[in-house]
Amino acid sequence: MLWAHTPLPVAAQQPRDLILATTTSTQDSGLLDSILPVFFDQTRIRVKVIAVGTGAALEMARRGDADAVLVHAPAAERKYVDAGDLVEGRLVMHNDFLIVGPAADPAGIRGLADPARALARIARTGPFIARGDGSGTEKKELELWNRAGVDPATVAHREETGQGMGATLLVAEQRQGYTLTDRATYLALGARLTLVPLVEGAPSLLNVYHAYVVNPSRHPGVRLPEARAFVAFMVAPATQRLIRDFGRARFGQPLFYPDAGKDEAALGRPASSRERSGAGVR
Amino acid sequence: MRPLSAGPRAPVSDLAQGFAEALRLLGRGDPELWSIILRTLAISGAATLLAMVAGVPLGYALARGSFRGRTMLLALVNTGMGMPPVVVGLIVWLLLTRSGPFGGLDLIYTRRAMVLAQFLIATPLVIGFTAASVQALPPQLPDLLTSLGANRLRTLSILSREAKLGLLAAVMAGFGAIVSEVGASMTVGGNLRGSTRVLTTAIVTETSRGNLPVALALGLVLLLLAFLVNLGLTVLQQRRAR
Repeated sequence: MLWAHTPLPVAAQQPRDLILATTTSTQDSGLLDSILPVFFDQTRIRVKVIAVGTGAALEMARRGDADAVLVHAPAAERKYVDAGDLVEGRLVMHNDFLIVGPAADPAGIRGLADPARALARIARTGPFIARGDGSGTEKKELELWNRAGVDPATVAHREETGQGMGATLLVAEQRQGYTLTDRATYLALGARLTLVPLVEGAPSLLNVYHAYVVNPSRHPGVRLPEARAFVAFMVAPATQRLIRDFGRARFGQPLFYPDAGKDEAALGRPASSRERSGAGVR
Repeated sequence: MRPLSAGPRAPVSDLAQGFAEALRLLGRGDPELWSIILRTLAISGAATLLAMVAGVPLGYALARGSFRGRTMLLALVNTGMGMPPVVVGLIVWLLLTRSGPFGGLDLIYTRRAMVLAQFLIATPLVIGFTAASVQALPPQLPDLLTSLGANRLRTLSILSREAKLGLLAAVMAGFGAIVSEVGASMTVGGNLRGSTRVLTTAIVTETSRGNLPVALALGLVLLLLAFLVNLGLTVLQQRRAR
């Protein structure tokens, strides 16, 4: 979608901006491109989106190099909240992770309920293409290996791309390997991929996004009003509707499920797997 | 840029699609594409200009001067000519980021930060090419000019004219290096849509989004742009060349 950045004949108001450190999935899926112009129209605040992966985004918050973050690794986020780098966190949305792989499924994981078991099988056959970039998706992957009782370093056919989700999916496609991906990026790359979802729907595959303000009392440079406005925008009802509808027309299903105000513990099972039956559907 | 609808998967048809898409985007006058092209030209053009301003006198001084450490400086410049842009980008990022020593300037993720990084990448190239072309001139020429009453500025300008071939080669090398560079531009510019996204970083974005024909189309536009700039400079260089 081409959102025209209409230059505004606005009176003398100083253009304001903020730095948002976020994951590659919110950028590669096109979500931010589609909603940020609305934020700009409402607030005249320009968002500088730095899409680096959750690990790097959290690190930018710790250094005070960002004003707000939009990330998806709750366990990692907690450390930064506890350390006082992130404040005013809000649950924004979720989707889910999928284990995708070649339709021939040499490891025989199709339809397994437990993603950790699936990884244990993939460990024997490979290839598994990993992010290796400190992202939220990598954190989830490592958590799953851990639960599978497998040290990923010992997996012979596990390769790390060190790149974002889109690039990693393209490598996995060429290698005809397995990978762990968020649903939004997988759908956004759609026709480019022959890989199919093989394992999905497990509670451990839930992918939850939170927005935070970087703590201004720790980092005096933080633009607090702008950061607060951004977090408030992400959970506002109108924005939540935009998130809900994003990509529906193009992909036939939502890429993200808005969750503002919901009880996080009740998210339990991703809605996507309730709506859709069986694995392997594209 | 509008993502393409589901296309065939074969790489060959991707290539064909890329060409078609490039023509379509250019022909349609896609406003986002044009703004990216103009931005790319403005940033790399400004950086090249600044690199000439700083690099030509330095290159001249290095070529003509006789002072201690001159050989060492030349070696450093020659190393700088091969400096990985991504390293320059990282250093500039560390300097300009909020928590860095110059964070207060609020330059990170701006076009000016990109100009700075590209300037640092291009300047050693300009110095090196200038020094080489000045050294290729007859060594007694500056003395001759001075004896004819030319002041230093005048001497430099006459020498520049004589070294035209080399100086334009310096411009082309500098501009070519930074217009095609992605690491530093991505790191210090942040690839912000509508503000710091240039051709190379747009190519990375479209690639990671799987819009390969669009990415390829942007690549073709970049090649075309580089060709046109170099064509202009080469015509200038070869005109009246003896």
